Amino acid sequence: MLNPKLKLNPKIFNPDCEQVSIRKGFGQGLTLSGEMNKNVVGLCGDLVESTQMNMFVEKFSERFIEVGVAEQNLVTIASGMSAMGKIPFCASYAMFSPGRNWEQIRTTIAYNDRPVKIVGSHAGISVGSDGGTHQALEDIALMRVMPNMEVISPCDAIEAKKATLALAKSGKPGYLRLAREKTPVVTTEETSFNIGKAEIYWLPDVGMAQVGIIVTGGLMHRALLAAKELEGESPLGIKTKVMNLSTIKPIDANAIIALAKETKRIVTVEDHQVMGGMGSAVAEVLAQNYPVPMEFVGVQDRFGQSGTPDELIEHYGMGKDSIKKAVKKVLKRKS
Amino acid sequence: MAYLSEEKIIQLEKTANDIRKSIIEMLFEAGSGHTAGALGMADVFTFFYFHILKHDPKNPEWEERDRLVLSNGHICPVLYSTMAHAGYFPLEELKTLRKFGTRLQGHPHREYLPFVETSSGPLGLGLSQASGMALADKMDGKSKDRFIYCFLSDGELDEGNSWEAMMFAGKNKLRNLIAVIDRNNIQISGNTEKVMPLEPLADKIRAFNWHVIEVDGHDFKVFNKAVEEAQKVQDKPIVIIANTIPGKGVSFMERNYKWHGKTPNKEEAKMALEELRRFSKK
Repeated sequence: MLNPKLKLNPKIFNPDCEQVSIRKGFGQGLTLSGEMNKNVVGLCGDLVESTQMNMFVEKFSERFIEVGVAEQNLVTIASGMSAMGKIPFCASYAMFSPGRNWEQIRTTIAYNDRPVKIVGSHAGISVGSDGGTHQALEDIALMRVMPNMEVISPCDAIEAKKATLALAKSGKPGYLRLAREKTPVVTTEETSFNIGKAEIYWLPDVGMAQVGIIVTGGLMHRALLAAKELEGESPLGIKTKVMNLSTIKPIDANAIIALAKETKRIVTVEDHQVMGGMGSAVAEVLAQNYPVPMEFVGVQDRFGQSGTPDELIEHYGMGKDSIKKAVKKVLKRKS
Repeated sequence: MAYLSEEKIIQLEKTANDIRKSIIEMLFEAGSGHTAGALGMADVFTFFYFHILKHDPKNPEWEERDRLVLSNGHICPVLYSTMAHAGYFPLEELKTLRKFGTRLQGHPHREYLPFVETSSGPLGLGLSQASGMALADKMDGKSKDRFIYCFLSDGELDEGNSWEAMMFAGKNKLRNLIAVIDRNNIQISGNTEKVMPLEPLADKIRAFNWHVIEVDGHDFKVFNKAVEEAQKVQDKPIVIIANTIPGKGVSFMERNYKWHGKTPNKEEAKMALEELRRFSKK
């Protein structure tokens, strides 16, 4: 069942479950942050509409800086502004920021420990028709290896809004990973969100879970559908717990270890390369503290291609059925 | 703009020479680092820290201070040496350059030495950061209260990021941004015009809507006029192209690109210090 304490969207399993793009939540969160703190500024690399920074631009034109198609400049200008007390949010496509300007982010933001927020929109294979050049599948890996950096990959638009508000207050360098396409809204305004805190979104009605499914980003809805179907399968069903690990760094090691202790088996789910991504981060925690068999749902060392988001997610093995298959596979392994 | 008397010029020349001696001593002690660029910029650093900058070595965090961003962090021996001579930290500490546990990292790191405005070393990043600082001050109505200075090298103009910053500062008319390009014509593997030609440099930067001033980077009087002119510009960012001699002050190092990334051995350090001491006695 859905975790009743978290007040998730009761319509999650309805066909008419509302769908909103995750990046839209960022746009709302940035505008709210701008209202609360006059030091919040927005910088963009000629992608105001596609990153949803336009809401902020309309309201706070004097606090918006158009940098042009120059991602290296985007983040280094922001670093300079943060040195003078600003809290800059830099928006572009994840493929170009942090994809193109990684060293600039490392040297001028992370190394200096400046509170600049890198917002990478159009992350994941779910970008769809633009094709492989525009599908950032390596950005979690790139950003989580940087000291001082907070890395957040929200599961829906509401969580993206809360993550933006939290990042504006955190005082640290941060990376916010956003997806382009419309994504079912899983959470509600009441659902709790804190940087660094994982939450259990799905749990068995009674008894212990047999598999822990750890998810980051927009695949959460598919993971919940998989968990529900697995529970209903005859004869006895498979009991799972689904964790939302939206903060990949700092990682909630205690919650991950507790889940592994209960289930003895873990499946990770992310729209990202399996190498170096969220699943790898979970494996680092478990290998050191409580090793259990793991399966990794994600992109297997390949580039993407054009297609609809649904087609691509299925083709690259990240759909609901692939998640179910991974759960069954990990159940067969000895723990 | 402070008046520059003949006495002050003599004093500055003496200080610059002391700073050069410290650079040779610390680089010899460290056994690795960049010599030519550091010696070449000793006059410019001296001029700024002892004549131009609004700063307080006893209160480095003073909010109203001018900001000086060093972009080409590899010449940090001249930055550290100048800061020590200005009173930011003891001269004795210069000997710890590049040693384990030092505040004087091989390239500047703010976490270790918070007196520097940014960490630097990887090239082409300083001008953007300085532009961001200047823009933030402009947004806050502080662009007339202080200046943001950025020292960068000619070699790092090979980096695209430098020109992205040029476009940005020109677009935003950052009159509170004054960049100083160390035009010493060398980079690690040879002459800049051979490795990647920059000329016509002044025209290129002018075309990006900057106010460009070219000066002899070792002539305090000329430099003083250039800064005076720069501070009066109303609607453009300013660049002072400072023509300098790499290795300045040590004749066997001057204009020789091989001293870009090399340090003197014992014999060479001795010779260099003797030459600098002779200058002091003049």
